[in-house]
Amino acid sequence: MIRRAGEHGLLVETGALEVSHRLDAALRAERPPEVREVVPGPETVLVVAPGADQGRLRGLLERLVADCRSEAGGRAARDGGSATGSASRGQSLSRRTYPSSRGESPSRRTYPSSRGGADQAASPPTGVEPPFHEGADVVTIPVVYDGEDLESVAEAAGIPVDEVVERHTGRELVVGWLGFAPGFAYLIGLDPVLHVPRLATPRTAVPAGSVAVAGPYSAVYPTASPGGWRLLGRTDLRVWNVSAEPPTPFRPGTRVRFEVA
Amino acid sequence: MIEVLTPGPYATVQDLGRHGYAHLGVPCSGAADAASLRLANRLVGNPERLAGIEITFGMARLRFPAGAWVALAGAPCPVSGGAPGAGMGVPFWVPKGAEVRLGTPPWGLRTYLAVRGGVAVEPVLGSRSTDSLSGLGPPPLRPGTVLPVSPAAELDDITADLAPLAGPRPPVLRVLPGPRDDWFAPGALETLCATPYTVNQDSNRVGVRLRGAEPARARQGELPSEGMVTGAVQVPPSGQPIVFLSDHPPTGGYPVIAVVAEADLPIAAQLRPGDTVRFKIVPHR
Repeated sequence: MIRRAGEHGLLVETGALEVSHRLDAALRAERPPEVREVVPGPETVLVVAPGADQGRLRGLLERLVADCRSEAGGRAARDGGSATGSASRGQSLSRRTYPSSRGESPSRRTYPSSRGGADQAASPPTGVEPPFHEGADVVTIPVVYDGEDLESVAEAAGIPVDEVVERHTGRELVVGWLGFAPGFAYLIGLDPVLHVPRLATPRTAVPAGSVAVAGPYSAVYPTASPGGWRLLGRTDLRVWNVSAEPPTPFRPGTRVRFEVA
Repeated sequence: MIEVLTPGPYATVQDLGRHGYAHLGVPCSGAADAASLRLANRLVGNPERLAGIEITFGMARLRFPAGAWVALAGAPCPVSGGAPGAGMGVPFWVPKGAEVRLGTPPWGLRTYLAVRGGVAVEPVLGSRSTDSLSGLGPPPLRPGTVLPVSPAAELDDITADLAPLAGPRPPVLRVLPGPRDDWFAPGALETLCATPYTVNQDSNRVGVRLRGAEPARARQGELPSEGMVTGAVQVPPSGQPIVFLSDHPPTGGYPVIAVVAEADLPIAAQLRPGDTVRFKIVPHR
């Protein structure tokens, strides 16, 4: 279903995050005229297109979302899909580029991984799996695991600190959507053992680069801000830089691996 | 350049906004009453998109060390200082070293000052706007802030002498139903439109917070987070609607019962605390 959101907005119901990511990617590749914003959410994609021919745009969206649904369904049908996908994806892990938000050729900036190689591209474990999108980029984030809440997370999870690190680095996560602050990506697919509640009292200041978990999500704080997530460590990788285009390596659908720095 | 002697209660640099980054968590920002900024820019021969100053509730004092062509639009402030012919809705020359002083507007909230050439602070992600939600763009103006102005050499001549300024428009916001009107009980849209709302003190560039009848929900809980448009009338659990303005968060989890028509956003942006406002449904074309 496609809902009207004012005169210039169409809210496409995708019903699933993977379909949202695919539709987002398809729209950025297609670049229909007058589309100003494409905002994926867990079950929707908002398309804002002032001045667009609404009938034509709606027709295009209906067609694209149907394609994205069948692709997503096809992937799910292929034994979970992720093993096949990651083998072919692995080759370029060592030196990743990410496409700009406007879908031009890969941007000038690259995010080298300090350690990753094709052999590091382990298949995501079965069970709670993020909706991997084969075309998405991978960002590897080196982390110094010395966060203030590392021990409290271990305690809450009932596991040793080492195992917290193992479980946090052991799975490929995926950017569900961004929100809360510019460049703040909600990373989904976190090991369920690490699902711990937010702090009862948020910190008034969390430094930029803090790597944290809360509920089913992990995140990297893009800028210094208040925050109630539990801090596992920190990364030197800059995930928000307004002088870069795009300003963050994250976009909905980007796959993310944490590794020990 | 422009030297800020006092910004009044709140003043920021604004252009037409930071577009194309909502999916990265970046609000669109830009002038809350974009029509007034566009008009002020036209009056001094600028392209409409150039950055000017959004002054909230008047009371600003600005000095122009090098002289400049200036125009004011939006909430009508009394204008004084050393510029002959200064006023609302006219291009006027501010002589070298002279001031523009604004009083308080009898109605409306936001006044736009355009300067020929445009305010030339460094753009961030393609816009010079201050984003009050995320902190992107230049900080709000303070006493002593100095704003650079671009040279006017390439611009068109100033051709208008006077723009007839509108009086206060009736405080009625036309709304288009949805996208989440089905999250509300039958008759909720009628409730929204039946009685006037009062504008709360805690309204700002993010949104106009209202006090009045509560549209009844048919479904409880939160939506999965979804994209939000400017003008969205969001109904949080309190039942008291919020009309999203320029600095609204790009996504939200409370259902949007209706969206204010773009042509009426300037009315919403000019509402001040204590004002009353009504909604009126218009069907989608």
